[in-house]
Amino acid sequence: MDDLIVEFLTETNESLAAIDVQLVDLEQNPNDANILGSIFRLMHTIKGTCGFLGLPRLETVAHRAENVMGRFRDGTLQVTTDYVTLIFESIDRIKYIVGELEANGKEPDGSDAELIEKLDAVYEGRDSAQAGAAPAPTAAAPEAAAALDPLQALWDSLPSPDDPIAAALNAPPLPPMSEDEKKEAAVPAAAAAAPKPVAAVPKADEDHTARESNVANQTLRVNVDVLENLMTMVSELVLTRNQLLQIARSAKENEFATPLQRLNHVVSDLQEGVMKTRMQPIGAAWSKLPRIIRDLSMEVHKKIDLVMVGQETELDRQVLELIKDPLTHMVRNSGDHGIELPADRVAAGKPETGKIILRAFHEGGHIIIEIKDDGKGLNTPRIREKILEKGLASTEEVEAMTDRQVQQYIFAAGFSTAEKVTSISGRGVGMDVVRTNIEKIGGTIDLHSEMGKGSTFTIKIPLTLAIVSALIVECAGERYAIPQLAVQELVLGSETGTANRIESINGTPVFRLRDRLLPLITLQKLLKLPDVIKEETDQDKRRSNSASNNRYIVVTEVGGYTFGIIVDRVFDTEEIVVKPVARILSDIELFSGNTILGDGTVIMILDPGGIAKATGEISVAQTADKEEDQAALVREGARTSLLLFYATGEAPRAVPLSLVARLEDVDVSKIEHSNDQMLIQYRNSLMPLIKFDPSLELASEGTQPTLVFSDGTRSMGLMVREIIDIVEDNINVQINSDRNGFLGSTIIHGRATDIIDVGYHLKTAYKDWFKDHGDEDFDREDMKRLRRVLVVDDSPFFRNMLSPLLSVAGYDVKTAENPLRALEMQEKGEHFDIIISDIEMPEMNGFEFAEKVKHSDCAWKNTPMVALTSHATQHDIERGQQVGFTKHVAKFDRDTLLSTLSQTLAEQRQERKSA
Amino acid sequence: MSLAGETEKFRKRRAGEVDEGLRQTDYLMILIGGQRFGIPVLQVQDVLRQQKVTRVPLAPPEVAGAMNLRGRIVTAINVRCRLGMQDLPEGQNTMSVVVEHENELYSLIIDQVGDVLSLYNKDFEPVPATLDSVWRDIATGIFRLDDKLMVVVDVPRLLQHSVH
Repeated sequence: MDDLIVEFLTETNESLAAIDVQLVDLEQNPNDANILGSIFRLMHTIKGTCGFLGLPRLETVAHRAENVMGRFRDGTLQVTTDYVTLIFESIDRIKYIVGELEANGKEPDGSDAELIEKLDAVYEGRDSAQAGAAPAPTAAAPEAAAALDPLQALWDSLPSPDDPIAAALNAPPLPPMSEDEKKEAAVPAAAAAAPKPVAAVPKADEDHTARESNVANQTLRVNVDVLENLMTMVSELVLTRNQLLQIARSAKENEFATPLQRLNHVVSDLQEGVMKTRMQPIGAAWSKLPRIIRDLSMEVHKKIDLVMVGQETELDRQVLELIKDPLTHMVRNSGDHGIELPADRVAAGKPETGKIILRAFHEGGHIIIEIKDDGKGLNTPRIREKILEKGLASTEEVEAMTDRQVQQYIFAAGFSTAEKVTSISGRGVGMDVVRTNIEKIGGTIDLHSEMGKGSTFTIKIPLTLAIVSALIVECAGERYAIPQLAVQELVLGSETGTANRIESINGTPVFRLRDRLLPLITLQKLLKLPDVIKEETDQDKRRSNSASNNRYIVVTEVGGYTFGIIVDRVFDTEEIVVKPVARILSDIELFSGNTILGDGTVIMILDPGGIAKATGEISVAQTADKEEDQAALVREGARTSLLLFYATGEAPRAVPLSLVARLEDVDVSKIEHSNDQMLIQYRNSLMPLIKFDPSLELASEGTQPTLVFSDGTRSMGLMVREIIDIVEDNINVQINSDRNGFLGSTIIHGRATDIIDVGYHLKTAYKDWFKDHGDEDFDREDMKRLRRVLVVDDSPFFRNMLSPLLSVAGYDVKTAENPLRALEMQEKGEHFDIIISDIEMPEMNGFEFAEKVKHSDCAWKNTPMVALTSHATQHDIERGQQVGFTKHVAKFDRDTLLSTLSQTLAEQRQERKSA
Repeated sequence: MSLAGETEKFRKRRAGEVDEGLRQTDYLMILIGGQRFGIPVLQVQDVLRQQKVTRVPLAPPEVAGAMNLRGRIVTAINVRCRLGMQDLPEGQNTMSVVVEHENELYSLIIDQVGDVLSLYNKDFEPVPATLDSVWRDIATGIFRLDDKLMVVVDVPRLLQHSVH
């Protein structure tokens, strides 16, 4: 993409985020000229840059929206909710166009006529709200025209007849002049020595602009990769410094001591400085929230005030990215579940308007984010019921739980107490994802709620991910690091003494910690390490008798669950650079990474979350309840069934269920190898098996879950690690073509999920298939020439799905994203054997397209056409037949599509022969 | 041979390039339990003497642990274990060959490192079908040396088994 466009996109995205916040402000303070001015400027910049870069669609929308905002600014139009909504609509359209631009490098096709009409209606005072009121703009117009009359002559002499301002000046009736336009007009006038209009420019505004440009001069855009790289190098430098310091410490006196000390300081400063470059104010992650809360309150008819404190609190941008979505989700939750309806609030003796306070601040190397609402709080009795209902705990257990423990259950997957599922929240797929995401970055989430008074969520996250402080412990002669964030305290326990004694219940060690029983985990047993302590203990015993009985307990807290880890020794805390573990070790949940210590030794970093999980205590978060998700997910319109599975790693993958013929558990011992290819005897023929990823390790015995894809008489098996579930969801794919085997990614259950390209895997299997089995399926004619198919569909997802599918089935496939493009192909003299067309497409729908094709002048009039629809009513089918579609096939029904294709082609061949 | 391969040969011949059979490839010879193995020299990043390796609990058996190679963490693979051979007796020194696979470094722990050999492709033979399945899996072929045979190791396949 053009560098200019890239820069424009970055800038525009920033401006758009800013506008969102400011518009909500504006609605609350409609008369604030400063806010108006800055929104206006942003719109104006977008418009101006678009014109320069040749983006007509974007320019038109921005221009019309700017017109309306100009009227707000001139005070000729009162700011009302309806108008703000309209501006939001324009901004959404701009966002959409910008998004498309980013993805495809060009403006999307389509028209904004409707929106423009609405904007123009408001601008010209034709809308319903203004129609009765005095026609303010026309009244103001002559005045403006009169004021600018002397400039008119200047304008006429200027060689810019295309200038929008000049055009506006010449076009009667004259719309009101916006402040900026006046300013623009003033500039050439000033050049022609007419000083008066310059004086008219408000002085404050001038100062403001000057300040802004100053700030702009002091900042520099740097590619994130450069910063990341710098950070990695500084991390390495820190490690090397640590090593040097270690050596220097052991060497007592030497001449390196002083320079090393200086190096130490410089490196520390450097580390801090580089970390700062990665810091971003948390406000960047909050900018969308006012808008979300505003939309939400409109939708559910609540009055909500969002107060944000500490926007300037900075944190690592990597962390920021990761907490953005969880935060949005939680604020939305507070608004949707927490805050009551105005009537209920008044009845409860609270102010009508609910308050959500979002607060961020630093506290000892961590950042704390608080989301507090004064709503109804968590309904603890209801949660207790729900726990029982879902069978997450027994009646006795639930009774024994404190309110705080009960509240923790809202972080369990599939746990939602909202009676009614709204489009905003209540699908029970939220809080568990929030918690998982926060724990992933080494953070913790805590919750405090009081019925009737409100809830407070407290998120504690490390400032940065790259360097963390960790406690170094020893177990069975090896050292391990435990992230300091999870460590609460260190306790010395004893195996034999009376005080601080480690007791055991049925062999399980426990410890009395301040009148509470602390469950203990022996690290050595957990890691299945050999019992080398015995020998050491013997040695120790000889040295000192008492020491051997002492055990260090690292009291650790993960998500409200506190437990002790028994280790052999505790060293000091060290700043460590977290490095990801090698792929071969990434399956071991107990380690979150590894690092190199000052003395050059590699040590593993323990993951407290993984340890808690391994001991089974924290399984609350893992108990998924699919029913509720399903119920919630089915509600909304056009959805696709997706099969979710794990292949390699932790990222879920999905494939449209309709493409899968069967699910099989393939017996690993029955897999045969031939010619580098795995095969299995399946339904009396050989079926090739493909690993989803070459690095997928097959089970050594037992069975391997396999997705079977069938294509006529041929089948192939795609082996995966685990089949998770079938969900129904909208597929909203961001196409990403640079990875083989993937169509793109979508969000399912709040997780990024890759949608696999079945065609790619079919192709991998078929290469060998053709070699092994010959070409018996093909008749002579097909061998001579591949059948040419044209697929017309506006959805890139379908195009990408159909074309590999059809090519695998032996067709030569061409695609067109709309009928117009298809007709262009026709003009170029392209010829196809069959056309598959979608019905609902912007600009020209499938019926109109068919009419065009079947028209007697068209070279394609004899080409059979198949309609592809997501919902075909009898009426549609009849209409389709009238305009010339031979067949109707449902989208995703690939078997029917393929059989329809071959049938239609055969019929055509027959006709030709008889003709 | 596939048609594409034939075409490629033809193209090369026309371009006056050397016949495949006379083309030479360099291999680093390594020794494990008296058997010679060859690793294409271009894949070798480093040759190391015995190093301190940190054990990784719960890792697959062939993973000897993790080690520090000039600030990078390298996963050490016990090749004897991978090939189903007994470990060397305690105290006997080993050596390591560092290779890169899918952007990660692996240190293959072997008995000894020999010379770098330039070998003619014509002396290359496919793996005998009768070979043990584990060995067959990791070998791309056999070289007939003057005195002994050398098994050419397919490094990605050697590591594939372990990598998830």
